[in-house]
Parts: sequence; C-alpha cells; structure tokens
Amino acid sequence: MTLLEIQELKKYFNIGGGLLKKPDILKAVDNVSFKIEEGEILGLVGESGCGKTTCGKTILKIYEPDSGKIIYRGDDITNLSRSEMRKYRKKMSIIYQDPFGSLDPRMTIGGIISEPMEVHNLYSKREREKKVIELMEKVGLTSEQINRYPHEFSGGQRQRIGIARALAVNPEFIVADEPVSALDVSIQAQILNLMQDLQKEFGFTCLFITHDLSVIKHICDRVAVMYVGKIVEIAPKKELFTNPKHPYTEALLSAVPVPNPKIKRKEIILEGDVPSPINPPSGCRFHERCFKKIGEVCETKEPELKKVGKGHYVACHLY
Amino acid sequence: MEKTVKRRTRTQDVIRQLRKNKTAMFGMGMMLVIFILCAGAPLFAPHDPNDSDLYRGNRPGFWSSDHIPGFWLGTDYLGRDILSRILYGGRVTLSVGFVALGFALVMGVILGLVSGYFGGLADNLIMRFVDILFAFPALLLALVIAGTLAQRYPDVSRITWSMVAIGIVYTPQMARVMRGAVLVIKETEYIEAEHAIGSSTWRIIFKHVLPNSLAPIIVYSTLMLATAILDAAALGFLGVGAQAPSPEWGLSLSIARKYLISGVWWAATFPGIAILLSVLSLNLLGDGLRDALDPRLKGGAKL
Repeated sequence: MTLLEIQELKKYFNIGGGLLKKPDILKAVDNVSFKIEEGEILGLVGESGCGKTTCGKTILKIYEPDSGKIIYRGDDITNLSRSEMRKYRKKMSIIYQDPFGSLDPRMTIGGIISEPMEVHNLYSKREREKKVIELMEKVGLTSEQINRYPHEFSGGQRQRIGIARALAVNPEFIVADEPVSALDVSIQAQILNLMQDLQKEFGFTCLFITHDLSVIKHICDRVAVMYVGKIVEIAPKKELFTNPKHPYTEALLSAVPVPNPKIKRKEIILEGDVPSPINPPSGCRFHERCFKKIGEVCETKEPELKKVGKGHYVACHLY
Repeated sequence: MEKTVKRRTRTQDVIRQLRKNKTAMFGMGMMLVIFILCAGAPLFAPHDPNDSDLYRGNRPGFWSSDHIPGFWLGTDYLGRDILSRILYGGRVTLSVGFVALGFALVMGVILGLVSGYFGGLADNLIMRFVDILFAFPALLLALVIAGTLAQRYPDVSRITWSMVAIGIVYTPQMARVMRGAVLVIKETEYIEAEHAIGSSTWRIIFKHVLPNSLAPIIVYSTLMLATAILDAAALGFLGVGAQAPSPEWGLSLSIARKYLISGVWWAATFPGIAILLSVLSLNLLGDGLRDALDPRLKGGAKL
C-alpha cells in the first residue's frame, strides 16, 4: 500500500536580489515524483547539493513546496496550514544529519526525547517518563543519562538521542537525513544496524537520504538517484546495483570501493563539475558530463522517467 | 564501551573562567561591598543624612586637624555628614540605574524577540523606531524625556521619571543585541526540529529561542548597568533627577560644585569617587563576563 506519494514536487529558492536586481532562482527540487510503499526504506542518493535534503524537508513541509502535491495515505497535505498539519506531525518525524546542531543545548536528554510527546499531549507525565526511559534503552543509552545535556555526549550517542526523539511519537514515516554522514565508520555501522532493528520492531516507513552508496546497499529496499534537482533513476536495490541503466548511476556505482582487490572493474570518471542548480543545463541535466551521450536530443529535450523493468524507471534518452 | 569523561556544563565553564579572571572577581567583590554598604545604610551610616547644623558646615574630614570627631569625610555646606549622605545616596543612584536597566532589559528582550523571530513588517516597524531613538544622543534624550514627564506629571516622583527616561534610552541597544541573538538561534537546526515536531510558535519562542539567546544580552546588561548608573547621576547633576534634600550622588556633586572655589573639595570629591568606583567595578565585571562567555578567548589570549 502506498503511504506517501509525491507528484511533480518543486521547491525553488530565491538567491540574492535586491531593490533593482531580480533574484536568481535556485531549483533545488524540480519536478520530482515518486511513491513510498508502507514499511519500506527508500534510499535517496545523490551528490552534495543535488537537492536530496531539500526534497526530504519539503515532504515534511518544513519548507513550503512551490508546486506539486504531497499525498499522505490518500490525503493531500500540500496546502495544509501550520495548525492543520499538527495531526500529521504525530505520524512523521525527521532524523538530522548533524548530531551537534539538532539538539537544544539547554535541554536535558529526557526533555528532548519527551518534547514531541508533550507537544502532542500524548500520555500522562508519568507514562511519558517511562516511555523516555524505554526509548533510551532501545537506542542503546542508559537511563542514568536522562538528566545529562547534549554536550556531554559523543557524536554517535547524540545521533541515538536524535533517533529516540524521532521515535517518541511512534511515527509511521521517518525522513532520515544523512543520519550517519557525520559519524565515524565504526559508529556508522552501529547506528545503521540500530535503525534496521528499530525499523523491524516499529515497522515505520523511511526515506533514507544519503550520498553513500554502501550505506544504501546496507539498509534500503529501493533506491532513487537524484541529480541536480531531478530523479534520474529509481529501482529496487538489487536491480539498481546489478543492472544500472542511467549513465550517472553507472558512474556512481563504479566509484563504490569493492573489498576484493582482484575483482577487475572499469572505473568511470566523470568529467567536469556538478552544474549549478541556479542555471541548470538545458535538456538532460547530465548531458555535459555524460559519456553515453547520443546526440542533440540530449541537449534539447528533457528525458521523462520511463519504465525499463519491474519497478525500474529511468530518465534517459537511451531507453 | 567508551569511558565517559566527566565534562563541565557550559554554566560551570563560564563560572570557572570568570573565577580565574582576577580583575573580574575584584570588580564583583567591589560591587558587592558597595551594594551591601548602601543597602544597609541605616546600619552603617554614623549619622542621619539630613541632620544639618550650620555651626559645623563645610568642615574637613580625618586628614585635617580641624575635623569634628565622628565626621570622617567631613561635612557639607549645611553641616551634614558626607559619609552618611554617600551611603544613603547610593540607594537612590544605584536603584535608578538598576531599575532603569531592568526596564530596558525587559523591553529590549520583548522587542528583540518579536522583531527577530517574526521578521517582516514587525521587524521593520520596531527597528525603524529604534533607529529614530538611536539618532538622538542618549543623555540628551533622557534629559528631555525626564524633564517633560516631570513637568507634565508633577505628582509623581522625579526619580521615577528618570528611571523611565534612562530605561527608554537604553531600550534600543538592548533590542538590537537581542534581535541579533534571536536571528542566529532561529536558524538553528534544533529550532527547525521543533517545527518538524509540530510545536506551537509560543512554545518555540519561550522554551527554545528565549533561553538560548539570553547570554549576549546578559553580558551587555552588566556593561550597560555601569553607564546607566552614570546617567542616573548625570540626571541628578543636571537637576531633572532627584531633588534636594535627596543625598543622590549626582545631585550632591552638583550642589558641592559651588563650594569648590572656596576650597571645600571634599564635598564634591567623595560622591564623585563613589560614582567612579561603582562604574569601574561593573565595567571590570562586565569585561570579565564577556571574556568568559566567549570561548575564543579561553585561556586568556594575549596580544
């Protein structure tokens, strides 16, 4: 069953500008559509600055979308006001990338974790207390730490606090915005395993944003690849890793380190830089760097997402 | 498992930094002594501050053979004990400074919060109003406000009006400092997280933005308190503050000024020293507090 559907979502930002100067328009998310099925983990992968985080935050309406639709369990939540959104806020939450900036430095851990429950008036005070301790133990913290402040914890521990806070309202849908990118590799594995265990236990649906394909491989069911504000390919994880269709996906996959040095593989090194989302290239946004470019059509016509296999969609003129 | 090192909280860290700073601790000690002496004036003062006797007028203090025993700092032109008048006068001057600053602090925090958090039209209105107040020299504006209000409402004590006047004059600076801090805190990820949770605007403002943006304005207040006390004395000196026979420091200074030429230097000097010491002690404390709250200066950066 579809939990969340996004249709032609757009989020633009005005950059600069003044009295006489027109602002530049940064197209962070430009015409993105996808569905998330209940209980799955959808990975959203792409380079820095391609709009993954903006996409995740726009879905949660932390940013107001400029156009398009966000449909949650059949309800259109795109144009709901702040107060109308409140009842949906109980069902969705977010885990942040930065474990240092996302916790209020003046609140204790107990306060931070019980905050979402207080905001939504869930449970009595005593039950909340019990719930906080339960959550802390679930994410691998001890109950004695309840009165400590965020700065007394390490990055990995803080990320656990962030996860506990996200789980406090027992949400159906979580946006995990690069939850492990700021952590050491050894801690990354701990947090990823924790998230996997929690997902099995709580059964939430997750949009997992990351730039790390190894992380995607570990945790996700399906993967969407984003490039300069657009989805270029979306497929089940296995299909994507064994049979990538879009040249950009191929290039990304070829950059993932393989543990066995004897395996020979061709490495694709892309030329040029990621184009600016302020003035993205015409036609296919990848055409300037593409090594499989087929001709003029790439420069003039924007490719649509086309079905190329079971659940496998790609936006490329090759197909 | 990693062993957690016992870390200090931010407040503990600030206090530790402050205690290491000898000048700041000296300032705080001096301020406390002045405060206790003035607050407990009836206990410490050797005489009634308004007990006058023209036969003992303009007599010098302990340094001269001509002094009257028990009148350590001499007497003024009406024969009142200067030491007692300074102790009682401090109650007036310091409370004008404190109350005025408290008024400015409360107004500044409210205006700064509203304009920083909501932005847009509210921000523009408040900040342009603040700019207008900024356009006038502070003391001149305070003088005009205190003078006008006292004329208009003669029943209310002039001391009250000088408190209000100084408070109004200091509000813009407080509002700007507060607004700056709020603008920074508003953009942090933990405030965004509150939006994602669905917290109400009031909850976000009072539970998260306010406590996190208070540090700069507290430091600023300590420094401004010194200036406010100085302005309180200045208003008294210029005649729009406390009225005779109040022992207020500025007023005492103003009256004693006329006798300087006849060699009665003590009547003006000692209230002046009292003002100087209060302002100095608060400045030392404020400087130390600012350094302690700025982690970049940790360990005492030397130039």
